[in-house]
Amino acid sequence: MAYEKILTRYRDLPNYTGTIDEYITQGGYQALPKALREFQPADLIEIVKRSGLRGRGGAGFPCGVKWGFTPKDSPKPKYLVCNCDESEPGTFKDRMLIEEEPHQLIEGLIISSYAIGCRLAFIYCRGEFVSGAQVLERALREAYGRGYLGTNILGSGFDLDVHVHRGAGAYICGEETGLLESLEGKRGQPRMKPPFPAISGLYRSPTVVNNVETLSNIPHIVLRGAEWYAGIGPPKSAGPRLFSVSGHVERPGNYELPMSITLRELIFDHAGGIPNGRRLKAVIPGGSSAPVLTEQHLDVPMDFESLAAAGSMGGSGGVIVMDDTVCMVRVGEIVSRFYHHESCGQCTQCREGTAWLHKVLRRIEHGQGRKEDLDLLLDMCDNMKGKTICVLSDAAAMPIESYLKHFREEFEIHIRERACPFEGKGAF
Amino acid sequence: MISDETRKRFDELVKRYPEKRSALIPILHEVQAEVGYLSPEAIAWVAAYLTLSPADVMSVASFYDMLHLEPVGKHMIYACHNLTCSLLGAERLIRHLEDRLGIRMGETTPDGLISLKRMECLASCGTAPAIQIDGVYYERVTPQKLDELLEKLRNGRLQGSRT
Ligand SMILES: Cc1cc2nc3c(=O)[nH]c(=O)nc-3n(C[C@H](O)[C@H](O)[C@H](O)COP(=O)(O)O)c2cc1C
Ligand code: SF4
Ligand code: FES
Repeated sequence: MAYEKILTRYRDLPNYTGTIDEYITQGGYQALPKALREFQPADLIEIVKRSGLRGRGGAGFPCGVKWGFTPKDSPKPKYLVCNCDESEPGTFKDRMLIEEEPHQLIEGLIISSYAIGCRLAFIYCRGEFVSGAQVLERALREAYGRGYLGTNILGSGFDLDVHVHRGAGAYICGEETGLLESLEGKRGQPRMKPPFPAISGLYRSPTVVNNVETLSNIPHIVLRGAEWYAGIGPPKSAGPRLFSVSGHVERPGNYELPMSITLRELIFDHAGGIPNGRRLKAVIPGGSSAPVLTEQHLDVPMDFESLAAAGSMGGSGGVIVMDDTVCMVRVGEIVSRFYHHESCGQCTQCREGTAWLHKVLRRIEHGQGRKEDLDLLLDMCDNMKGKTICVLSDAAAMPIESYLKHFREEFEIHIRERACPFEGKGAF
Repeated sequence: MISDETRKRFDELVKRYPEKRSALIPILHEVQAEVGYLSPEAIAWVAAYLTLSPADVMSVASFYDMLHLEPVGKHMIYACHNLTCSLLGAERLIRHLEDRLGIRMGETTPDGLISLKRMECLASCGTAPAIQIDGVYYERVTPQKLDELLEKLRNGRLQGSRT
């Protein structure tokens, strides 16, 4: 049975530009009055819990449960911050959602703010989203103009202001506490947890941070019900997911599908398979922080549990496909360069570990590797995990371990032959 | 150094936030756009405006890739060198850019017109390789397309928001 798109249904409409009138014509802003009139905030938290919606930003945390962690009677104001930092390599769905269907996010944000009792919300966009931020600002003005934002929204007595805030180029500001620091006008250095943002977040007040895609689901859940939503895809990974497929595929792009879809179906049926008659060599299923999978994993479904059982993770939904011309040592060099550049430097294991990983991978790729280097890499990775303020350190180590696990021989050849066997003929 | 009009915009911006320091990065973006880069005078101005110390503002600005504490060209080209773009020719594109402009990544042309900078994933991997010129995305970039873009940039016919 063909899957009926929810979040990106608008993509099949000719000439759709995402203005408020178009959104309303397509059934938009019906969930908001329903939420305000028919439900108490606590009911909405229950509905989102029952829907099974899990965070789409990376960790897959149950959304309603997170909302429920904020204190009921807080003397301090509560904040909702939408994470639109989208910097996980391989991921490009939030940018599409804000540029093409901004009101779906805004409607979700308003309902979610009502549910947790927030009266001032922010959308934190990565600095590079110059035009995305402009689209959102225009959309917010439209929403104010129709009385969906501001004071006494739709006569409900509920007030809400929303502002767009642009960062300035730092991956670590996607980590929720790094994001909050940045939003407070500081260096985006993650905070020690606990306390979690739900208790002490923005301005030390209870704060919920949710991804763009997560919030974009909310209007649909309110309108069509938790049970409907829970029935889409596998029970523990309910609802649609946007998979950003890139790299060596015929048709790269964002694919909205239930998470029961297998890697094989996603890569070969939807994205059109590997170009130039090449074979699949490796695929990273959830952004560059996710451990790599290979041909043997093609029948794994793309839900959070199955990907974890296969040794990887659903992460951000960024699926990077690599054909058999790709050198995995070079991939390691590029990926480790990224984490080294983005480490905020607070924790020794991460600061030093990411620097060393990159240095060693670089020398192996350039024919200067030593026999001991592979064990050295694994040792360093081991030291980087589970010991730091945030999980960037783990995210830097896990992929490298997985490249060594699945492609150890390729690393050994580099060291033995003192050269990259792909040099001059590979993808790079 | 900062126009009255811009300053008035900042006065409004600050009101959005329960704590005015939150306006720091948005203000740095705008000051950079107006002055060209975050010169010591610009940093001092922002610090005074938000009643922060210049060292504090400097420390924040130095954390972010898009904030420039050294002079940069009138136009800024960001080239993504992360994984998907690399798989699809980013390094070749970067070499082409460097050859055409006669400078390396991280440098500015001697006439002060164009700066080059390597960037991490720009969330444009589905249309890789990607670059940004003055805040505008250009996707599925080929060396030929790049030549056309550079030509337009030199002739002032490329729209950008320079932030
Ligand atoms: C290093 C790092 C980078 C992250 N980058 C992002 C990001 O760009 N966008 C995002 O939504 N979440 C990102 N996250 C996850 C956030 O910390 C947080 O879990 C998420 O925004 C919560 O929203 P959700 O529950 O709706 O997924 C990142 C986490 C880490 C550790
Ligand atoms: S793990 Fe790395 S990025 Fe995270 S806080 Fe520590 S040093 Fe910073
Ligand atoms: S890797 Fe270049 S845009 Fe994502």
